[in-house]
Formats: sequence, structure tokens, C-alpha cells
Amino acid sequence: MASLARLRVSRRLPQLIRGIQTSADTTQLHEAPSDLSQPFTVKLHEDSFHSYLCDKPDLDVQVTKDQLLGLYKQMTTMRRMEMAADALYKAKLIRGFCHLAIGQEAVSVGLEAGITPEDRVITSYRCHPFAVLRGGSIKGVIGELLGRQIGMSNGKGGSMHIFTPSFFGGNGIVGAQVPLGAGIAFAQQYMEKDTATFTLYGDGASNQGQVFEAYNMAKLWNLPCIFVCENNKYGMGTSAERSSSNTEYFTRGDKIPGLQVNGMDIIATQQAVKWARKWAVDDKKGPLLLEFVTYRYGGHSMSDPGTTYRTREEVQRMRSTQDPIRGLQRYIEEWGLASEQELKQLDKDAKTEVDAAVEEAKASPEPLLKDLWTDIYFKGTEPPYMRGREREEVHHY
Amino acid sequence: MLATRRFPSIPLASLGFPNRFQRRNSTAAEPPPAGGHLPSIATSQILRTSRERALRTPGLSWNDDEAASSIVNVGRETRKMNVYQAVRDALSIALMKNDNAVVFGEDIAFGGVFRCTMGLAEEFGRERVFNTPLTEQGIAGFAIGMALMGHTPIAEIQFADYIFPAFDQLVNEAAKIRYRSGGQYNVGGLTIRTPTMSVGHGGLYHSQSPEGFFMGASGLKIVIPRSPIQAKGLLLSAIRDPSKTVKKLKLFVVNQNLDPVIFMEPKILYRSAVEQVPIDDYALPLGRAETLVEGSDLTLLTWGTPIYHCETALHMLADPPPALAPHVPAALRSAKIELIDLRSVLPWDAAAIAESVGRTGRLVIVHEAGMTAGVGAEIAAEVQKRCFLRLAAPVKRITGWDTPVALQYEKFYIPDAVRILDGIVQTLSY
Repeated sequence: MASLARLRVSRRLPQLIRGIQTSADTTQLHEAPSDLSQPFTVKLHEDSFHSYLCDKPDLDVQVTKDQLLGLYKQMTTMRRMEMAADALYKAKLIRGFCHLAIGQEAVSVGLEAGITPEDRVITSYRCHPFAVLRGGSIKGVIGELLGRQIGMSNGKGGSMHIFTPSFFGGNGIVGAQVPLGAGIAFAQQYMEKDTATFTLYGDGASNQGQVFEAYNMAKLWNLPCIFVCENNKYGMGTSAERSSSNTEYFTRGDKIPGLQVNGMDIIATQQAVKWARKWAVDDKKGPLLLEFVTYRYGGHSMSDPGTTYRTREEVQRMRSTQDPIRGLQRYIEEWGLASEQELKQLDKDAKTEVDAAVEEAKASPEPLLKDLWTDIYFKGTEPPYMRGREREEVHHY
Repeated sequence: MLATRRFPSIPLASLGFPNRFQRRNSTAAEPPPAGGHLPSIATSQILRTSRERALRTPGLSWNDDEAASSIVNVGRETRKMNVYQAVRDALSIALMKNDNAVVFGEDIAFGGVFRCTMGLAEEFGRERVFNTPLTEQGIAGFAIGMALMGHTPIAEIQFADYIFPAFDQLVNEAAKIRYRSGGQYNVGGLTIRTPTMSVGHGGLYHSQSPEGFFMGASGLKIVIPRSPIQAKGLLLSAIRDPSKTVKKLKLFVVNQNLDPVIFMEPKILYRSAVEQVPIDDYALPLGRAETLVEGSDLTLLTWGTPIYHCETALHMLADPPPALAPHVPAALRSAKIELIDLRSVLPWDAAAIAESVGRTGRLVIVHEAGMTAGVGAEIAAEVQKRCFLRLAAPVKRITGWDTPVALQYEKFYIPDAVRILDGIVQTLSY
């Protein structure tokens, strides 16, 4: 066993050395913009992307001030929302399961920045930011977590079950959304739509059999399906190294090319998403694996303190050195796009927006009792009756 | 090896099987007389082998423009089909009338193992009728994704025995998507076709009847047809794109269906059950049982293949062959047995069954799956609740044994006519 362990370490070491860059603040300004209303070019760290069977996106990225401030606002608002959910859960107002994406904001916000409203997104249970960004609302998400009528699924779904017309929801079963994404992409291709499906899953789900089934079908039929692995380094309480024989998730599609991306730098993530979209939609090159290397600060779910399988120091180090929001904040300040006060105002606005949404959601009533029996079968095709919670409670349609 | 020696299969023939190909599923204890008093599937009275009877199929509604005007079935044609041809006919209509309908599954492009998709790829193109990898969970998930986009995927799981890898997708995604999205999404366009029940020599992995496993999955519908006419009409109802039906025929919306359906086709009937099938587009209602033989003394409820064993048992009861005559009291031979085909296993037609048992006071349920927690358990529990004071005997279940479906003894696993007869006699004389 000891020798085996040593063998492992020596085999893993080179990987660690040439690992992806996950700093959030390594993007460099080409030259100071003279006019802040005009787009200007920045250069990503040369280790922002690793590729497999394909080229890499350009490291030079054109950005604008408004765009970066918009991303900052979105990421801050998403984090505020997740923190509000955290507080509501701890106040026992949210019950059941709840998975927060604090630390992973650059993935959801970067994804939304790189796609169009007509593209489709489907993800796992860590879904709250995607639901809001894809046309939902904060009060709709919080309301759903609280199980209120205002919730995006009328309070009947809960944390993992939030949908919009272009967002096919969080899914509670690990990896189950991945073949669905392939099917959605097939429908897009069939209808000859110039759109793609972004199918998200985590490093834990990467080892599910059906993920490979979906890879195979997508490549076989050249579907416009971008498989997006959000590698936050832990599948529940097991680190990627302990769960996966190959932790380079972007290489696991066999013949499907892949791109590993610094998932902590919002400029890198949106650049990668745009590149992937072009790959599938404009160039019609079929599926692609996109791996965002990111980190979740909290536990897997609310019942996991997140400190039994990793050290507090590790979490603290990630928070202080690689946080996507603080990284973007540094860019904005260093490049002279906005002052600290202006950013503080954005923070305040985010807090106000979330607080108002929470209050509105809390004020919304719980679903009506009769809704226990709705939306099971299409109206009019239900069985004659359905049983309720106790013997006397039988609903007749 | 030892087992085969100890129980050689040859004596079966000497028990009185005239021809092993004539009725593989036969449960006759001795050869039928020349005129034949025991119906087999080939001679079943339940099958509608004339045009007139076919067009009078109860519950049939036409899905075409003439439907509203034609009260009588003038000019309606029928063609002789078996179940796989009827299924193919339904698929062809679905593909023809709905551009978003797509048929896929393992090996289906060249016809599928049971020939249900013969020639469809040539007729509608490989973009719409295509082979998938051997990937059941993937097929189900892929189909659900398509259905979420408003498409009409008609996926085939090659054998119902292979549906278990897809169980999670069907139970957790397909069944629940409407509920968990608060009604925003549904996969009503989804139909999963899969051959089910015993084939005579399928053994552990090709003769199972997994319908019972889906009973708790509210949101799904499970349909099992018994014949070619039923297969075509029920399959079209299962597939039918509701928005189109509603728009086109305001009067005929009874068959609209926005729920995912698992359509289980009894595989031994693919070739053996033959009827005159209307060639037009028609539908049969989901969720409704059909009374095949009316009676007043006992309700015999089943679905799929065992219907024909039940029919045989009814003939045996009325006119038992000499070997069985001592076991059938003369007083019971004139009993009127009501034979009901459940057709939809989920949701099942509890009202019709309760109504029937309320009249007869006795219920015998026959299914091929094992007894424990099978569909019969659910029905028995509900019927005893609804009809408790009217029951003259305990509800009887005649089912497969609670073992895997053995290859060598498959014939003894399935509930055959003799076991059904025995159950009827026991229940009548309780």
C-alpha cells in the first residue's frame, strides 16, 4: 500500500506542476484606455486555458467598462442571493436540500455573458444563479426555496427544481441532466436553429455512466452540445483526486475536444464560452467539453460544513487569493474603470435588491392545498382520484 | 446438465402438444378435438378478424377530417395486420402527420428485433428514424431532453427487461418534470415503446413484465395493448401531439395526451395476434379498461398476453376436457365470467373494475409479473376497499412466481389457462 501511494504521488506530481492557472487577478491591461467609453484590450494569463484536441481561445480579449461593471454587479448580486439563502436556511425558513454556488459565480455569470437568450442551459442541483440569469428572478428563486407561491415552480419544486423557458432546470439526480442536454441539442439541430445547449455537471457527476453515454451520442451525431464540467474540486466530500482516475475532465470525452478554463477569472470564462459557442454554432464542429476549474467556499449542501474533507486554511486561501469577485474588483480599480466608492455602491445596490426580493418572497403565501394534486398529469387526463397525505384525504379530479 | 436429464423436455410433447409451433404458449392439457373447443390466439374470439367487427371496436375515434362528418364507418378500409405491423402502421402515421416526431432505439433503423420499424428509415429518412448506441439510460434521457423542447420522441427500449438502466430517468425526470417545474415544462410528447412479457423461451432477461415497478411513478402512463387494433389505436393516443389534435379537431379532443407514456407491447403477440386493422388514423382512449366478455358471477381482470389464456380458461370452465373435468364441479360450469382487459396499468380504471366487482362479488386478477407488490396487489387492495361488503370471496391473484423468469421452466412460470381455471374454480366455490 505504501509503495502504491508513493507511485501515485509521483504520477500525479507533473499534473500539479502544469495545472491550470486559477488566479482571479492575473489578466493584464495592454495599454491604459484613454477613453473609458471605448472597448479596450486586455491579455489573459497564458495558463488560463489548456486544450485537448483543439486550439485555444485568444488570450487577448476586448472588454468595455460597462461590460465589466455589469459582470461585477451580476456576480455580487448572485453571491448576495446565495448568502441570503444561507441565512434563510439557518433561520430554518428554508427546509430540505439547498446547494449554494458561493465562489463559483464566474462560471454562471461568465456563461450567461457568452451565450444568447435562444441558447439552452441545463445544470445540476447547484442551479440558483443560472435560474436568475436565464430570465428568472431573485424573488422567484428565494420564493421557490421557501416553498412559496411566488417561487418559479410555484413553490412545488424547491431548491433544485427551477426552470425558465431557456433553462431546463437544476436536476437532483447526479448526472441525469447530461443526456437530457444531448436530447435538447438534438432538437435544436433538428430544427436547424443556430443555437447550442450548454449542459453543466460537476466533477463528481463526471464519473456517472450516463455522462459517457451522452458524450457518445453527441459526438456520434455531431450535436451542438457543450458539456460544461464545473470542477469545484470536490464531489460532495471526496476530492477529485480521490474520485477520478483522470482529473483532467476536459480530456475525458475521448474524441470530443476539450478546453480547460480558469473558472475564477470572469474574463477568461466568458471568453471560453464565446469560443465554445462559436465552435458549436458558427463552425458546426459538434460537441465540446469545457472544464471550469473553480471552487466552492461552502459545503456541498447546507448539511455539510465543508471542513471535514479539506482544511479551513485551504478555503481561506482560495477566498483571499482567487475569489472571482475580488479579482474583478481589482481589475476595475487598477484599470481605473471605477472607484472603490462606486463599487461599494454596486455592492449596496445588490444587497438592497436581494433584501427586497427576500421580503417579497417571505410575504408570499405557501402553495394552496389543492396544488398538491395539480401538475401531475395533464389537466383532464388525470386518474379519477389521487390519495393525499392521510387516509381520509383523497382528491377527486 | 443434471437438471435437463432429470426433467427432459420431451415428455412435454407427450403430454399432448400436437405441434410445438402451433401454440408455444399453449396451456392445453391434451390436444384439442378436431373441431377444436379450446381457442388459441389464432382462433381467439377476442380478435376482430372481420372488417365489420374491426370498425365496431368500442371507444374507437377517427383522427381525420372526415371524422366529424362520418357517423357511420362508410368507406373505412381495414387490412390484415399482426401486432408488429399495426405498431409500424401507427409509427408511420405519427411520423407522417408530425414533422417533429422522431423514432429511435437500438437497431431500429433496419426494422428492430421485432420488425416494428421495418422500412420506416427508408420512408422517412435516417434523420428521423435512427439507431442509437446500446445506451438505455442515455436513450431515455436523450428522449426526455427532446420532449422538453416540444418534440415528439418515440424511443424504443429493445426489451422491457432493459428498461432498468433507464428507470431513474423515467421515474425521476419524465414522471416528475411537470410537477417540479410548477407546470412550466412537460414531456408529454415522450413515448417509450418496449416489448414485454414472456416469449416462451426468453428466460431471465427477455421475459420479464416490469410494469409494476412503475406503479408509484405518478406522472407516467403505462399502456399494454392486447391486439393489433388496440396496439395501433393506443399507441397513436400515446404519441399524439395534443396541440395539433386540439386545433384540428375541436370536437375530438378525448385522446389528447400530454403525459409521458411507457407503451409495453406483449412480444409473443407481435406475430401471433392477427386482426383486420383500420388503415386510417384513429385513437383508443388511455386510462380505460375494456370489457371483453360480460358476466355476472366473477370478474376476471388481466392485460396483455394472459388475456388469451383467460379466454382459454373460460372455455375450459364451460366445457372442461376429460382430464380436468373431475376438478370442475358441474354447478360452476355455467358461471358467467366477466373478462376485462385493463389496457392502461397506470392510471388504471378503478371505477370500471369496482363497478364490475360490485356486480359480480368476485375478482381474479391475472398477470405475468410476480405476485409480491405486482400491479395485482394494488388493484386487490383498492377493490377490497371499494367493494368490501359486496365481496363473496377474497380477491385472487394468479401471477408469475416470485422467482426470476427461469429459462427452462418459463412455461410453468407464467400463469397459464389451467392455473387460471383453478383460480376461478377456487374463487367461485369459496
